[in-house]
Amino acid sequence: MSAPILQVENLVTAFDTDAGRMTAVDGISFEVPRGRTLGIVGESGCGKSVTAFSITRLLPQPHGQILEGSIRFEGRDLASLPVEEMQRIRGNDISMIFQEPMTALNPVQTVGKQLAEAILLHTACSKADVLARSIDMMKKVRIPAPEQRLNEYPHQLSGGMRQRVMIAMALINTPKLLIADEPTTALDVTVQAQILELIADLQKEMGMSVILITHDLGVIAEVCDEVAVMYAGRIVEQASVFDLFANPRHAYTQGLLESIPRLDSKPKTLLKAIPGNVPGIADFKPGCRFAERSGREHTEAHLNQRPAFVEISPNHFVENCPVCIS
Amino acid sequence: MSLLTVQNLQQHFPVRGGLLRRSVASCKAVDGVSFSLGAGETLGLVGESGCGKTTLGKSIVRLLKPTAGKIEFDGQDITAASSGELRPMRRHVQMIFQDPAESLNPRHTVRDILDEPFIVQKLGSKDERRKWVLDLLDKVGLPASAMDRFPFEFSGGQRQRIGIARAIALKPKLIVCDEPVSALDVSVQSQVLNLLLDLQRDMGLSYLFIAHGLSVVKHMSDRVAVMYLGKIVELAPAEELYHHPRHAYTKALLDAIPVPDPAKRRKRELLQGDVPSPINPPAGCAFGHRMKHPQWQASVGMDLTLKEVSPGHWVQPCPCCTQ
Repeated sequence: MSAPILQVENLVTAFDTDAGRMTAVDGISFEVPRGRTLGIVGESGCGKSVTAFSITRLLPQPHGQILEGSIRFEGRDLASLPVEEMQRIRGNDISMIFQEPMTALNPVQTVGKQLAEAILLHTACSKADVLARSIDMMKKVRIPAPEQRLNEYPHQLSGGMRQRVMIAMALINTPKLLIADEPTTALDVTVQAQILELIADLQKEMGMSVILITHDLGVIAEVCDEVAVMYAGRIVEQASVFDLFANPRHAYTQGLLESIPRLDSKPKTLLKAIPGNVPGIADFKPGCRFAERSGREHTEAHLNQRPAFVEISPNHFVENCPVCIS
Repeated sequence: MSLLTVQNLQQHFPVRGGLLRRSVASCKAVDGVSFSLGAGETLGLVGESGCGKTTLGKSIVRLLKPTAGKIEFDGQDITAASSGELRPMRRHVQMIFQDPAESLNPRHTVRDILDEPFIVQKLGSKDERRKWVLDLLDKVGLPASAMDRFPFEFSGGQRQRIGIARAIALKPKLIVCDEPVSALDVSVQSQVLNLLLDLQRDMGLSYLFIAHGLSVVKHMSDRVAVMYLGKIVELAPAEELYHHPRHAYTKALLDAIPVPDPAKRRKRELLQGDVPSPINPPAGCAFGHRMKHPQWQASVGMDLTLKEVSPGHWVQPCPCCTQ
C-alpha cells in the first residue's frame, strides 16, 4: 500500500481565552490512507471540528494556535507552512465542506460567481473555460438545470441543493483530500442518503481521500473505511470500521454503541445510557478523561497520568487506560 | 376510550403578499389528519422537516387555533375553546420542546420555572410548592442545589431535564414531546429517553412523540404515524410498521436511515428530489407526485382517507404508493 496522504502526529491545538489557555485538541495522531475515508466521530466539544480547522489552518486568529505536532501532507508540514503557501493548498489540494451550507455560502453572490472564484483563485482561465468547468461540476453533483442554477442565489435553493453547491465548490479543483465537517447534519434523512452517496461516488471517480466528521455512528458505519473515536480532545480508539463496530475495546466506544436506539431493538425498553455529561474543556483531566462516566473504579494514578495510545491488536489503536479497556 | 381524538384536523396559514399584504395563498401545514391516542400510550409522529409534525403538536396543545377539524381531549371538544376555557385542560396537556435553551426563560431560576405552573393553576402554599419543586428535581434526576441556579448553568441534557420537570409538574395526562432529544449529544440522548420511559411507567402518561429520526421514534412508541406534506400516509404498531411498511414513503424513510453496523451496508434505492412546499401542494398523492409515479394521475380526486389493511395498520390508499 502506498504512503498515506495525510499523517497527523501528536497534534496539540489550543485557544487563548480570558480564562487562560484551553487545549481543545490534546496530542492526537492519525493517518488518512490514500483514496479511503477516515471517519472522526465524537460528541460536541470533543475537538473533531478543531482538528479539521487545524489541518486546513482555518483556526480563528489570533486565539487559536497549533502548539505542537506535525500535519504531513505530500511531504510538507502544514502546521508550519507560511500563510501564502497554505492558501495555495487550501481549496485546491485540500478542500472542506461545512455543516450548514446556508452560512458557508455567500448570500449576496450567485452560485456561479462563487464557483468561479474557487476556480480563478487557483488557475488562470478564460471566462468560457470557467463557465464550462462550472457547468460540468454542477452536473457532477447532480444539480438539474445547471446553467440556470448558476445565476441563482443560495436562498433560492433547497437545503440539499445548497449542500450540493458546497460540494461542487469544494471539488472543482479536484482536491486530493476532502474534509467534510458534519456535511449532512442539517439535512433530512432522505437527503442525507443522497448526499452521502454523492460524496462516495465522486470519491471513487476522482480518487480522493476523505475525512468525514460526524456525531452519527450510523453515518460512520455506512461510508467510512477507518474510524477514530474522539472524546474530550483525544482519540480514545481507532480501527477499521468493521473491527471497531464488531469489537470495540474502549469503554466509551462500547457505551456509545450500546446507547443508540436501533431499528431492530425492542420498543420501549430502557437503553444502556452513559451517565453524566460530556465534560467541558475547562474540566479536562490529565489522565483518563472518561473515568467519571465509565462507572468503573479509577485510581489516583489513572486520573493523573495520561494513558498511552497503543496498538492493541493489528491496526486497532486505543488509549490504553487499563480500567476502560476490556 | 381514547384520551385524545383528532378528526380531520387542518391547520392552514395565510401567505400574505402584494402591496396590501392580502392573503394570496395558504400554507397547508396540517391538512386533514385523524388519529386517536389512548391513556398510557405513545404515538410516534415521524416525517421530514416541513411535513407539519410540529404544527400538529402545537395545534393539539392548542397553541394554535385549528382551521378546521376536531380535537377531543378526555371527552371534551377543545377545538375552538377560548384561553379561559382551556386553562383547566392545560393542567393535563403539556409540551416538551426541542431546544431547552430557547424554551426556558434565561432570567428565571430553576425554582421560578418549576413554580410557575403551580402559580398559574393557583395550587399550594409557598412551602408546599417548594416541596413540590424539590420532588420534581428528584424525579428528573437533578440535585436539589439546582433550584437556585439559572438555565445557562446547566448542560443541554440537564436543561432538557428541567423542561421535562416543568412538563410533569401538574401531573398531566398527555405530553407532546417535540423532538426532545435531537439537540442533545448522543451519549446524553439515551439518558433522556430512559427518563421519559420511566416517567411514563410511573405516572401513566400518554405521549405524542414527534421526531425526525425513525429509530428513536420506533424505540419510544407503541404506534407510529408517518407524515408527509401535512398528511398522515401510514399509521401502524411500531414493530409492524418497521417489518411491513406499506406506503412507498415509509419504505423510503426506513431505507434512508443509516444503520450503525457496517456489516449491514447495502445499496439503497435513493429518493430523488426534496419535500415539496406545503403552499399549493400537488393534488392527489403528494409523494407519488414527487416520485413522478406513472400511476400518480389516478390518485388525483381519489378519497385518500386512511384504510385499515390489517388490524391496527392504516395506509393511505393510493394507486401509486401502496400496492
